[in-house]
Amino acid sequence: MQTIDLATTPLRELNAALQAQAGTTNQTRWEILNPKGAHAIAVGLDAPVEVTIKGSTGYYCAGMNKQATIRVAGSAGPGVAENMMSGTVVIEGDASQYAGATGHGGLLVVQGNASSRCGISMKGIDIVVFGNIGHMSAFMAQSGNLVVLGDAGDALGDSLYEARLFVRGSVKSLGSDCVEKEMRPEHLDILRDLLERAGADARPEEFRRYGSARKLYNFHVDHAGAY
Amino acid sequence: MCGIVGLFLKKEDLRPRLGDMLTDMLITMTDRGPDSAGIAIYGDETGKLKLTIQSDSPRATFAGLDAALAEALDAPVEMRVLDTHAVLTLPQAGEAAARALLAERGIRVMGAGHSMEIFKEVGLPRDVAARFHLREMGGSHGIGHTRMATESAVTTLGAHPFSTGADQCLVHNGSLSNHNQMRRVLAEKGFGPQTQNDTEVAACYISSRLAEGANLGEALEGTLEDLDGFFTFVVGTRNGFGVVRDPIACKPAVMAETEDYVAFGSEYRALANLPGIETARVWEPEPATVYFWER
Repeated sequence: MQTIDLATTPLRELNAALQAQAGTTNQTRWEILNPKGAHAIAVGLDAPVEVTIKGSTGYYCAGMNKQATIRVAGSAGPGVAENMMSGTVVIEGDASQYAGATGHGGLLVVQGNASSRCGISMKGIDIVVFGNIGHMSAFMAQSGNLVVLGDAGDALGDSLYEARLFVRGSVKSLGSDCVEKEMRPEHLDILRDLLERAGADARPEEFRRYGSARKLYNFHVDHAGAY
Repeated sequence: MCGIVGLFLKKEDLRPRLGDMLTDMLITMTDRGPDSAGIAIYGDETGKLKLTIQSDSPRATFAGLDAALAEALDAPVEMRVLDTHAVLTLPQAGEAAARALLAERGIRVMGAGHSMEIFKEVGLPRDVAARFHLREMGGSHGIGHTRMATESAVTTLGAHPFSTGADQCLVHNGSLSNHNQMRRVLAEKGFGPQTQNDTEVAACYISSRLAEGANLGEALEGTLEDLDGFFTFVVGTRNGFGVVRDPIACKPAVMAETEDYVAFGSEYRALANLPGIETARVWEPEPATVYFWER
């Protein structure tokens, strides 16, 4: 176990050390102390290492992650796991706005609540939130799955492409072109797998599925007057 | 960008440390707002009025000012000079005469009240805090701001907090889009802003609502109806502390509460060294939701 204390080690040194593990490494377990809300902790990793951050983080923690498993034993500031490519990021507390934004792959688990714009423009990432999510979540989400055990805020899935949204609780309002859709067996399978991988205590049958009505995909002549 | 910090103490024993804690919080927010910094602090009341004044040439301007005021008011006037600012303590009945003399001499009044003192200047938060000896100040609650200007010039008067009513102050992260229209509405009511700054319009709005009889919560609710744009506001009154974010809530905000205090920070970093933060309730204030505490 490598332990790095941010009270004594500069952030750039920490990130350089973690990024230097790219490829093969024997140093597979890392612990980071005293994050105290610092920005950009453990970004740009590209190795199958396990990193635990003991405390709360600021903007852009675990951004651009590949392969690594990053656990925040606290809450995360805005933009956690932004543009993640692969690997796993677990937030034990809450996540601030735009968690998992633009992510291409991997799994983001938020054990508390996520605030506004969760999964905005997601491109293949899977996100599981144990609590609630805020307004404008999954705005323009293109692919991947967003699973919410609690409630969703206003304008869920506005201008949605092909991401799948699963919500167990209430949805305050659906965004433009987002509709409730039939839950078919293949969706229950996807959901079961994600809930299991996230360690979430919920059954797939308890969720509703939302997706794109695909009405914004093409120009509609009846709307010509609106332009 | 801008940085906001705020601290509202629930118990007496932390009062002597208020300035010290707020200064650390303020300096942590330097990279959100390196061009100016300011703080409004609610200290001990003496039953007299406190006027915080400012001058760009303090040595010449403040020399003999207390004696001149005492003569004009025919009452004792105390003056505590802190860099470009000074706090005058005088009988409430002398306010109008004091303001007239200050205006005659071209001296700016930054704020007035029984409890609140206000200090703000251009410069790095660390330097501004040192110039005003903020660390040594005690009190019941205080609000600080680090500014990265977008809507108006980098000047002392453009720095936050803005005070537009007795013991009232407001700081803002964001930018308002209907401030010119609101400026005219407020001027008609007699609450016209003194500067071209959009934030001062919000401060005047709150002052006008409080003057009309609204409580702090109602005044903050009103900002959601009547002000357009991006905002996270933190507001102080003689006995209260309030927070509101616009419905889009792009501007960051974190709050923490323990048995000892309520704290606000633009980021968790600002709260990370507060006593007992490990076990505090820490949350992100909801969009379009008013939070306020009064004692």
